[in-house]
Amino acid sequence: MEDIIIIGAGAVGCFIARSLSRYELSTLVIEKENDVGDVTSMANSAIAHSGYDPVPGSNKAKFNVLGNRMMKEVCQDLDVAYEECGTLTVAIYDSQLPMLDELLERAKENGVPAKILTAEEVKAMEPNINPEVKGALLCPTGGIVNPFELTAHAMENACDNGVKLHLGEEVTDIKAENDHFLVKTTKGNYEAKIVINAAGLHSDDIAKMIEPISWTIHPRKGEYYVLNHYAKGLVNHVLFPLPSEKGKGILVTMTTSGNYLVGPSSEFVDDKEDLSTDTLTLANVKEQAKMLVPNIPFPEQIRCYAGLRSTPSTHDFIIEPSKAYESFINVAGIESPGLVSSPAIGEYVAKDLVGKLLPLKEKSDYQKTIRPYCHPQKMSVAERNALIAKDPRYGEIICDCEKVSIGEIEDVLSRSVPAKTVKAVKKRTRAGFGKCQGGFCQPKVINLLAKHYGISPIEVLYDKDDSQIVKEEVKKEA
Amino acid sequence: MKTKDLVIIGGGSAGMAAAVAAYDKGIRDILILERNEFLGGILNQCIHNGFGLTLFKEELTGPEFASRLIEQIKERKIEYKLHTYVTNISHDKVVTYSNAKEGVVELQAKAIVMAAGCYERNAGAIGIPGDRPAGILTAGQAQLFLNEYGYLVGKRVFILGSGDIGLIMARRLTLEGAKVLGVAEICAWSNGLNRNMVQCLYDYNIPLYLSHTVSKIVGKSRLEKVIISKVDERMQPIPGTEMEFDCDTLVLSIGLVPNNDLLNNAGAAKGRSRGALVNENFETTIDGIFSCGNVLHVHDLVDNVAMEATVAGRSAADYILGNLKRGDKKIAVQAGDGIGYVVPGEIDLSSASEALEFKFRVRKPSKNVYIVYKFNGEVVKKVFKPVIIPSEMEIQKMPKSLLKNDQGTIEVSLVQKEE
Amino acid sequence: MERELICICCPRGCHLKVDENLNVTGNFCPRGAAYGKQEVSNPTRVVTSSVRISHAELAMCPVKTKDPIPKGKIFDVMQSIINTHIEAPVHIGDVVIADVCGTGVDVVATRNMEKI
Repeated sequence: MEDIIIIGAGAVGCFIARSLSRYELSTLVIEKENDVGDVTSMANSAIAHSGYDPVPGSNKAKFNVLGNRMMKEVCQDLDVAYEECGTLTVAIYDSQLPMLDELLERAKENGVPAKILTAEEVKAMEPNINPEVKGALLCPTGGIVNPFELTAHAMENACDNGVKLHLGEEVTDIKAENDHFLVKTTKGNYEAKIVINAAGLHSDDIAKMIEPISWTIHPRKGEYYVLNHYAKGLVNHVLFPLPSEKGKGILVTMTTSGNYLVGPSSEFVDDKEDLSTDTLTLANVKEQAKMLVPNIPFPEQIRCYAGLRSTPSTHDFIIEPSKAYESFINVAGIESPGLVSSPAIGEYVAKDLVGKLLPLKEKSDYQKTIRPYCHPQKMSVAERNALIAKDPRYGEIICDCEKVSIGEIEDVLSRSVPAKTVKAVKKRTRAGFGKCQGGFCQPKVINLLAKHYGISPIEVLYDKDDSQIVKEEVKKEA
Repeated sequence: MKTKDLVIIGGGSAGMAAAVAAYDKGIRDILILERNEFLGGILNQCIHNGFGLTLFKEELTGPEFASRLIEQIKERKIEYKLHTYVTNISHDKVVTYSNAKEGVVELQAKAIVMAAGCYERNAGAIGIPGDRPAGILTAGQAQLFLNEYGYLVGKRVFILGSGDIGLIMARRLTLEGAKVLGVAEICAWSNGLNRNMVQCLYDYNIPLYLSHTVSKIVGKSRLEKVIISKVDERMQPIPGTEMEFDCDTLVLSIGLVPNNDLLNNAGAAKGRSRGALVNENFETTIDGIFSCGNVLHVHDLVDNVAMEATVAGRSAADYILGNLKRGDKKIAVQAGDGIGYVVPGEIDLSSASEALEFKFRVRKPSKNVYIVYKFNGEVVKKVFKPVIIPSEMEIQKMPKSLLKNDQGTIEVSLVQKEE
Repeated sequence: MERELICICCPRGCHLKVDENLNVTGNFCPRGAAYGKQEVSNPTRVVTSSVRISHAELAMCPVKTKDPIPKGKIFDVMQSIINTHIEAPVHIGDVVIADVCGTGVDVVATRNMEKI
């Protein structure tokens, strides 16, 4: 019997696991994908919102602001790339200026530092901005964060502290027994005193397994362009247009790896697995983005992607026990600003909700930091040579575009949340993220995965089950 | 800091040919840096034949062509490092490289030849609509897996793009047991060589769909099917023309791009080919840094790569020996109507040899046209071409004596012959 | 019966017609006539492929038929190549399959691969 089962290892599940791993509790995380943070937490705007935007008093406002305040320390402890670059919400028309005042008021109410800038001030900070700009709301505590590292490192820290993680296992049914739950999966049955439903897009499906619910999750798709990092200085802050009922609108931002993102669109879809992109939507994203930055170098495009937001019918994060069972906790509808909120949600769920049900006794050997990662690209030549002298694998680079070494790749294969797929390697190390999109390094990554796990390259997965990249060995010795 | 007379980035056909040429001009302190485990570059995976007809007067396969150059390197005992990756080139010619044995090394070069080849345009760059499952690879990746590692990337394959590697892979995959369902080409013409069209597609009854593109990708984990559509004159899919192909693999052969990051970062000016801007000696806008082969502009024949690199290698040797003087006057070379790019991008008459050589590609296939060279607005040369196609690079020569001034602009353009 | 072909001798790509008496029309130059005759009377191809190799740095060693073989025998030759396994070392020109499928043509290695 486990004390706690967490269903879902997105940002929210990972941070709940991390917060719980501090205490003398047995925790099991069950994730249907082959990697942590593989759905909504992977395909988003990678922004640590300041919290000026959510309706004051809402869960979104509360957890966003708390999460933002935690971000710096969390990213330090977890060795996650994070930059407090500030966000600018930009008015292009005179008629939009009153909306900046409204947003400033809202920011104050939410306790978020903010100030209104004149057109000249904005132009000085952002040389490439639409010259028609009339003013902007600057929120200096907004920033950008590496979402892949944030989720994976949070779970790694949880696992280092004793949490168990089952990847590639889907929950098929949950039964409420007398004093516990029976969780059935595609691979086995488990019992737990507490179940935490952090199943993202499928959190309503999971919640329905134990009782009828009044809310639903409706997937809302966002499509993006990724631009290569040559376009240095394209923007220096996260640039938002003024928000509308459809969300925060099409933004232009850099990422912690120096790329630029342009997006997202916002369309409700019915299929929770539909991550397709389409030409018309992306053309529209392009047009709208030009309102913020007229000369975006779209020929530098290296990829398009789509993500699905878990939009709840309640319009706010659902973070509460189910109606019938105090020990079945729904953490659902965590759409934007979910990424930045997740550390705060994790703390709240562990301390306030689980703490009510089970005694929270702190582990004596709890470690809040993870074993640091090597960042050879950030090192001086001397530091790098010291590293390579100790471990020559860091000297051999195999990713042409992002300059990733074999040492960095083999490191993520042997962590407590090991990368098991090509995509997991890509998310952790950036190998395959550059202009050639794995053209040069993917065969080498496949060979490294095959060697590490003692499997054939035809068994190496790109991401999901049945996503092998090479199909068949030719002319095999009989 | 360690020093070298000549550092060559890339040990493929261009890098080796440049090294040999510089050696033969008297340079001995040469180092070739190659990221892979072998010299020869992409030639090693191009196991088909058709190489070497110009340079060696016989038809060779890629590995055979490579081995001829490797022998020349070994005969001259030219130093090379494998598994070695160049991370930076500075404006003042400091080359930073990294490998497992030596770590990170900074090397002051007197001259550098950039010969890092090209990379393949991929699905991300063109943003094919639909899902993003496994099973979408570039032709070069499929070629590497099959020819060097012995793995077939799929059993039912569709090919997007009629570039030569795509056509070659259509045949290779068919011979090795896959079913190739067809090739879609967004242009109204094929972008491969005729002999590849005939010997790789027609021989195996593989259909070619001109003016078609993949309009949708379907598949959650592994590719399940592609939908192709006819395109209009703006290359947009025409609704109602869709055709579905059940397949597990989409191979992309949609163009090659010079892998020129190092020179871009060093501050070398860019040319229209997406490589560096070079003069007739293949010297970039940075003194003593030369560029040649596919990192400069994408070639269709390796023989031309090797010959171009030979000129670049000799120029680098001349530079090191103090025999290459750059004048302060130059002539800009521009691509006019119908021309995609021209190499060189500028000419320095004081250092140019008697015969100037121009390499360029036309934008679309044309018949009965003149290639017109205008110098400062005046026509100085006209070449009639009964047929000219984008998939074959054009190489034309012009005597230096036709240019009566050492400054100005040459514009190369395509003009239709009047009936 | 008249056969239609595309000439592969140059980028022009003439559309050739070859009748049963091997008369070629549609060609721009004499090379096209020669190609048309050969292609209709006895089309041949060089087959390039690879064979599995043991104790080498790579799994596959590239090979080719030393001379063109009749087009109709391509898949027989491939079957023979598929069934062949070799050991390193091997050098360019080494015979991997002698007289493949009775064509009188050898399949030879096209890459030097040392024993490791």
